[in-house]
Amino acid sequence: MHVIASGCWRVEALARPGVIPALLSRLNSLPDAVAAKWDLSRITAMDYIGAQLLWDGWGGKKPQQLLLSHGQEGLFDRLTQVGPLALPEKEESSFWSFYWIRKWTCSLLDHLSGLVGLVGQFMLDLILFARNPRQGPWKEISANIFHAGAQALGITAVVGFLIGIVLSFLSAQQLHIFGGDVYLVNILGMSIVRELGPMLAAILVAGRSGSSMTAQLGVMRVTEELDAMLVMGLPHGFRLILPKIIALAISMPLLVVWTDAIALIGGIGAARLQLGLSPTYFILKLPDAVPLANFWIGLGKGFVFGILIALVACHFGLRIKPNTESLGRGTTISVVTAITMVILADAVFAIIFRGVGFR
Amino acid sequence: MSESPPPVIEIQGLQTRFGENIVHQDLNLTVRQGEILSVVGGSGSGKTMLLRQMLGLEKPAMGIVKVLGQDMDSSDRVALQQLRNRWGVLFQQGALFSALTVFDNVALPMRELRVLPESMISNAVLLKLNMVGISPGDAIKLPADLSGGMIKRVALARALALEPELLFLDEPTAGLDPLLSEGFVELIRSLHQELRFTVVMVSHDLDTILALSTQIAVLAEKRVIAKGTPQEVLAVHHAFIKDFFLGERGRRALNDKNDIVQTSERGVG
Repeated sequence: MHVIASGCWRVEALARPGVIPALLSRLNSLPDAVAAKWDLSRITAMDYIGAQLLWDGWGGKKPQQLLLSHGQEGLFDRLTQVGPLALPEKEESSFWSFYWIRKWTCSLLDHLSGLVGLVGQFMLDLILFARNPRQGPWKEISANIFHAGAQALGITAVVGFLIGIVLSFLSAQQLHIFGGDVYLVNILGMSIVRELGPMLAAILVAGRSGSSMTAQLGVMRVTEELDAMLVMGLPHGFRLILPKIIALAISMPLLVVWTDAIALIGGIGAARLQLGLSPTYFILKLPDAVPLANFWIGLGKGFVFGILIALVACHFGLRIKPNTESLGRGTTISVVTAITMVILADAVFAIIFRGVGFR
Repeated sequence: MSESPPPVIEIQGLQTRFGENIVHQDLNLTVRQGEILSVVGGSGSGKTMLLRQMLGLEKPAMGIVKVLGQDMDSSDRVALQQLRNRWGVLFQQGALFSALTVFDNVALPMRELRVLPESMISNAVLLKLNMVGISPGDAIKLPADLSGGMIKRVALARALALEPELLFLDEPTAGLDPLLSEGFVELIRSLHQELRFTVVMVSHDLDTILALSTQIAVLAEKRVIAKGTPQEVLAVHHAFIKDFFLGERGRRALNDKNDIVQTSERGVG
């Protein structure tokens, strides 16, 4: 059998639609490709992709009778010399195998010990700071308060206001059925001051500042800024992590007060429209309906949530590896974990203070 | 072969400016088939900018940039895409996709054609990696696990994946130690002989420039002040050329290139 190939066998010609399938079916239809007599001297241009196509058709061997033009020998010489190449086999393991269970456990323990280490380092840095406050990272703290606190006033106000309106509107409708219009103050005040204010502020700050803190530390890892700080004798804990945690511990309670106030204003407005409840009545009734202890609990929550968010953000930020995928994944995990931690802590608060702040 | 094949790159009357600051003024440059052209120039002379304009990443304020006969300013999307399949680019840091393994990085340009069967891509990728000296065992690694020299070689394999007619190299040996950089230069030279592509390279490294280039273009005073073989360029009287090639550093690099030094000293002296 005699096979003659001609034309252009370069990748741009082969890449035209339909060319490769036609060539492959032609090659496969040959009964014994490698035993045939091949004439490639009429091929005008050929590259490794074209040569590889024929080579694969021959089953990785050079035919005995092969007529090549000048310039094609080099291609087939290299293919012969390189021989068959294959990727190493990947170890496939099933989803529930021991390997995965061990891997998950290890990573969980790793994160826990990392977090404990971070808290320990924070405590040591705090003692250092308290002993020598003049050399503390005041500038960093102030910058972080501005970014995480002052710049978050807008978004917390918008979300708090809308939630206040919605909550007030829905509760007013239900209460009206039972003729309990006046209890709207109790429902709104209690839920916003004790629960919703801190939660809304925490979730927004976790999404806003938590992610940016993680990404900032991650990019500093990618650009070797973290290493540069270490060799200059600027410890990460004292200069990067301590200011972030302190800043969120200060600004979160303030944001909680702000969110509470705006949400209550939204609720008062909606109550005026829906039930005709006067704002003066609402404000005068509020101290009776919501004991002061609830306000302090809300502030305490803000303080604890702030510390949690900053700790989680720094923990994941420092673990980012210098590549783009790790950066994206680290930031996502950081936000998800921070919000989960905040909700868990909120449940703990609810259990601890179950007898406080009610009439 | 016809009497004179069309130039691979043709730049005419190029002007580049950042606000008030003019970087290139009335710059002309022609690259012919099979050449290895080095673009040299001081810091801020706009070498990298010129490279980015050839690649269509930046638009010049004025002038024409034609690559493989295609005007880079054209809005013909299909023609530009076909052009992009005919060149390969080696970025300074490699620019490997860090989310993909070495194998997938090199396979990406082939897969994007969407016509090649996967078994053939696999063989072709491993062959390309073999050409640059990467074993199949390293092919399943992620770029983050590779050393600087290996990243450069993988990036070269990716640039060569579609058998380009034109190869752009941005600082090909920056960040490699002298031994590795010598090996890399040797690799590019042998691949150039085997695959017969045209090379346009931007480099600071005199050793690399003199070892590889068949042509040198010198950027200074906002234009190309000299273009020609290394001997021709060294013979040009110009303060920058003298400083760059014939300073302390340049003499050391030229030491094992005696013929060039003699020619140039005759030229300068």
